[in-house]
Amino acid sequence: MGEIRTIPVSQVTESIKEMCIQANYFLSEDMEACFQSAVERETSELGCRVLRQLQENLKIAGEDQIPICQDTGMAVVFLEVGQDVHFVDGDLETAVNEGIRQGYQEGYLRKSVVKDPLIRENTRDNTPGILHCSIVPGNQVKITVAPKGFGSENMSRIFMLKPAEGIEGVKEAVLTAVREAGPNACPPMVVGVGIGGTFEKCALLAKQALTRDVTEHSPVPYVRDLEEELLEKINASGIGPGGLGGKITALAVNINTYPTHIAGLPVAVNICCHVNRHAVRVL
Amino acid sequence: MEKKIHAPLVSEEIKELRAGDYVYITGTVYTARDAAHKRMEEALNQGSPLPLDLKDNVIYYMGPSPARQGRPIGSAGPTTASRMDKYTPRLLDLGLKGMIGKGKRTPEVAEAIVRNQAVYFAAVGGAGALLSKCIVESQVIAYEDLGTEAIRKLTVKDFPAVVVIDSLGNNLYEQVMEQRGTKE
Repeated sequence: MGEIRTIPVSQVTESIKEMCIQANYFLSEDMEACFQSAVERETSELGCRVLRQLQENLKIAGEDQIPICQDTGMAVVFLEVGQDVHFVDGDLETAVNEGIRQGYQEGYLRKSVVKDPLIRENTRDNTPGILHCSIVPGNQVKITVAPKGFGSENMSRIFMLKPAEGIEGVKEAVLTAVREAGPNACPPMVVGVGIGGTFEKCALLAKQALTRDVTEHSPVPYVRDLEEELLEKINASGIGPGGLGGKITALAVNINTYPTHIAGLPVAVNICCHVNRHAVRVL
Repeated sequence: MEKKIHAPLVSEEIKELRAGDYVYITGTVYTARDAAHKRMEEALNQGSPLPLDLKDNVIYYMGPSPARQGRPIGSAGPTTASRMDKYTPRLLDLGLKGMIGKGKRTPEVAEAIVRNQAVYFAAVGGAGALLSKCIVESQVIAYEDLGTEAIRKLTVKDFPAVVVIDSLGNNLYEQVMEQRGTKE
């Protein structure tokens, strides 16, 4: 066993505050690279126009310190906590939400969270966020902040396929979700896919897939092939940037897999718009 | 085709617009999204007056991020229009002439657009920083308690948008899917 490392929760708060702001003003480098390549490949007139506007939009956001998109999302936070870490001076979940509260306030970010899904009163500070914690070996804490907009979240789907439907069933599920999303999900989109696990696990896999580097493929050969094939098929749909027609409907397809039950083949498709935000930091 | 148009809209100008036209809108538009639409529907059901005169006006489906000091508005891009579909035909029948949003509409909305000789525009989703530059003034005029979902009166200058559904019922998104990527 390693030596116990003590971390005051205020460090978590401070980091999350800064990461909420950073993620909403600047896209990560992998997303920027993907954008540039998309602009070079698009041939439709309206499609090119949209992509150029989006590049200009990124420039203005960074320079003027204004969010890339007015939907600054519900803050999804992944914490990978080393098992030799001891958090002190407060409780962790409160510290995470305090970081979100401060980040959304100080960063002039939109408060988009309602206290109850049916009564719908705005909490006015964008809390609570969605916290996913896992315990890992070591004494570090890896924080990923991924503010998620709901234009694309609303177009996400879960399919509980039969094992007999196999890989063709998975492809059809992903393409169905993308076709139905069309212009609503602010294409060019990033498509996060989870295959396997249980009902809730495959949704989480899909969400985690969106936080993966969009310029890298899965290390699993068949999954990498599937990512490439689906990206090609999605881009052949013609939906295009803004849904106004063109070659670039998606910037990337990221797939994560997990073991599953003999009776099941869960597939989750978490669609993200081109503002695929994720900031990562290790404490 | 590129066109410069003014808001509130003029019937003669609406009639000339075709799905796929690229427009720059200058004038006054009003923001309203989910919660404001629900309140307007409730007001109509109770026979109360609406907080804005719909006649010839344009509603922009948008909830901005907070403005920094010295700026009229924060990030200000369109939200998904389909969430307002339930309320839209009634507003069109009451005189609303234009909507700016993004994404598909129901057949009922498309029919109401044709019936009322109106128009649906899409602005680029996720370009809120860029679009904020085209908004020169913003004032909350109703439902202030709704925060970002309050109704705002905006003065816009050369606000870029694309005609998606025109007054004849032509639909750009449907045209794009029919052509399946051959539009090059």
